[in-house]
Amino acid sequence: MPEHPDFLWRSPEPKKSYDVVIVGGGGHGLATAHYLAQNHGITNVAVLEKGWLAGGNMARNTTLIRSNYLWDESAGIYEHSLKLWEGLEEDLGYPILFSQRGVLNLAHTLQDVRDSVRRVEANRLNGIDAEWVEPDEVRKICPIVNTSSDIRYPVLGATYQPRAGIAKHDYVAWGFARRASEAGVDLIQDCEVTDFLREGNRVVGVRTTKGDIACGQVALASAGSTSVLTDKLGLRVPIQSHPLQALVSELLEPVHPTIVMSNAVHVYVSQAHKGELVMGAGVDSYNGYGQRGAFHIIERQMAAAVELFPVFARAHLLRTWGGIVDVTPDASPIVGKTPYDNVYLNCGWGTGGFKATPGVGWTFAHTIAHDAPHEYNAPFTLDRFVTGRLVDEHGAAAVAH
Amino acid sequence: MQLIECPWCGPREEVEFHYGGQAHVAYPAEPAALDDREWAEYLFFRDNPKGLFRERWSHAAGCRRWFNAERDTVTYQFTRVYTAQEKGPVVR
Ligand SMILES: Cc1cc2nc3c(=O)[nH]c(=O)nc-3n(C[C@H](O)[C@H](O)[C@H](O)COP(=O)(O)OP(=O)(O)OC[C@H]3O[C@@H](n4cnc5c(N)ncnc54)[C@H](O)[C@@H]3O)c2cc1C
Ligand SMILES: [Zn+2]
Repeated sequence: MPEHPDFLWRSPEPKKSYDVVIVGGGGHGLATAHYLAQNHGITNVAVLEKGWLAGGNMARNTTLIRSNYLWDESAGIYEHSLKLWEGLEEDLGYPILFSQRGVLNLAHTLQDVRDSVRRVEANRLNGIDAEWVEPDEVRKICPIVNTSSDIRYPVLGATYQPRAGIAKHDYVAWGFARRASEAGVDLIQDCEVTDFLREGNRVVGVRTTKGDIACGQVALASAGSTSVLTDKLGLRVPIQSHPLQALVSELLEPVHPTIVMSNAVHVYVSQAHKGELVMGAGVDSYNGYGQRGAFHIIERQMAAAVELFPVFARAHLLRTWGGIVDVTPDASPIVGKTPYDNVYLNCGWGTGGFKATPGVGWTFAHTIAHDAPHEYNAPFTLDRFVTGRLVDEHGAAAVAH
Repeated sequence: MQLIECPWCGPREEVEFHYGGQAHVAYPAEPAALDDREWAEYLFFRDNPKGLFRERWSHAAGCRRWFNAERDTVTYQFTRVYTAQEKGPVVR
């Protein structure tokens, strides 16, 4: 692990007013601030964070990065993001331990196989690296996967995206924070936005636990808590907040060279740089804001993991935790303008928004700077639920994340 | 894991239940009269409160009947369960 300096960003008191106020100091908010400054020269910006910087889902996710989604709209934004990841360390001048170790998405039934091959072809048409691999190749890429045919969900093959990977989430957030702060953006922690000051169709300021702050534009990047804020605006968004859990094992020797995900048995695993096995499953079924989930989800996930990776049977579970993710009906994000003249929405990334961090920061900053969507977020409007132009990635893009 | 009180069977473990989302979302009385926005509201938009929420549950691995519950989305605690025929508590 590289050493990092003591202070990466300034901690100023909030000014009376900003051109742009970003609500939420997670990866998305910080990346948006960075690209507002870098790509558009907009630096009179505050990022307001109710807790500590990037302590929400940014600090809780399993850091899987890939772009092998089915639909063209998703391919556009996730691949844009993956390309940015590939140059991010240089851009930020900060280590983020981006490791392109590939992802296997396993297929366990004939229908899985067909869906997977279809997705590989769709990915290739979009210029995204993707291969279909047979069980013996799965074994070569990740020798610890159980490819025997006598298990309940035998591995019939997998899709493989070699450019997929993981990154050190904290370093990503700190790298963005440092650059944004250097550019003049104020990052203000412990500052919860509790209400909005409105004049007609505009929001002229935000009410916070550190007082009222006037603003020219407001951008919401508050992930699982978006509804709490949009309710204050009288704006209805088709989002349900769910707990999503992850867990890590003790430190182990390198055993797990790639990322493995399985839709059918619902587990995904990678090995962190230090050596922990990092695992997750699906969301808890019910709505929740509690940043914790139910134990039976973990039990099921462990059962699936041990069947797929028999060597895990002796590993000890070290820690589990939960985040709050914002799930939309079509499992795609909502990014763009709102019925308010100067309020912009970024939410609904559900269980898979970490991989989008640079990509959404880039396109959201563009949307704010030009008061018009970037081509990559243009399909992800709020009104697609009215017009019916959904980007239905549920089940299409392989398991969540 | 928490115990959930089925109105018919009594307290049972959470794993026996299936979640059904927001309760009291009535099918439109005059479907033909709805415009696109109203259809979208009916199909896709649900409340997402931080606090008390009235929602549907089914005792899937027990009596298999649906019922309603009021639950706190922060503590996850069930504050009331009631049958689909009963009127819901007023959430403040
Ligand atoms: C367990 C788990 C595993 C995941 N695994 C993956 C994965 O492998 N790959 C992937 O791509 N994605 C993954 N995700 C999803 C990903 O973490 C999220 O989609 C993404 O982090 C959301 O954007 P964000 O980083 O800005 O959110 P967050 O980091 O949650 O940022 C939102 C911030 O807004 C703040 N906030 C909220 N309300 C207010 C307010 N009123 N005032 C001020 N601040 C406020 C919050 O405190 C929070 O810090 C996972 C999520 C979880 C929980
Ligand atoms: Zn029952």
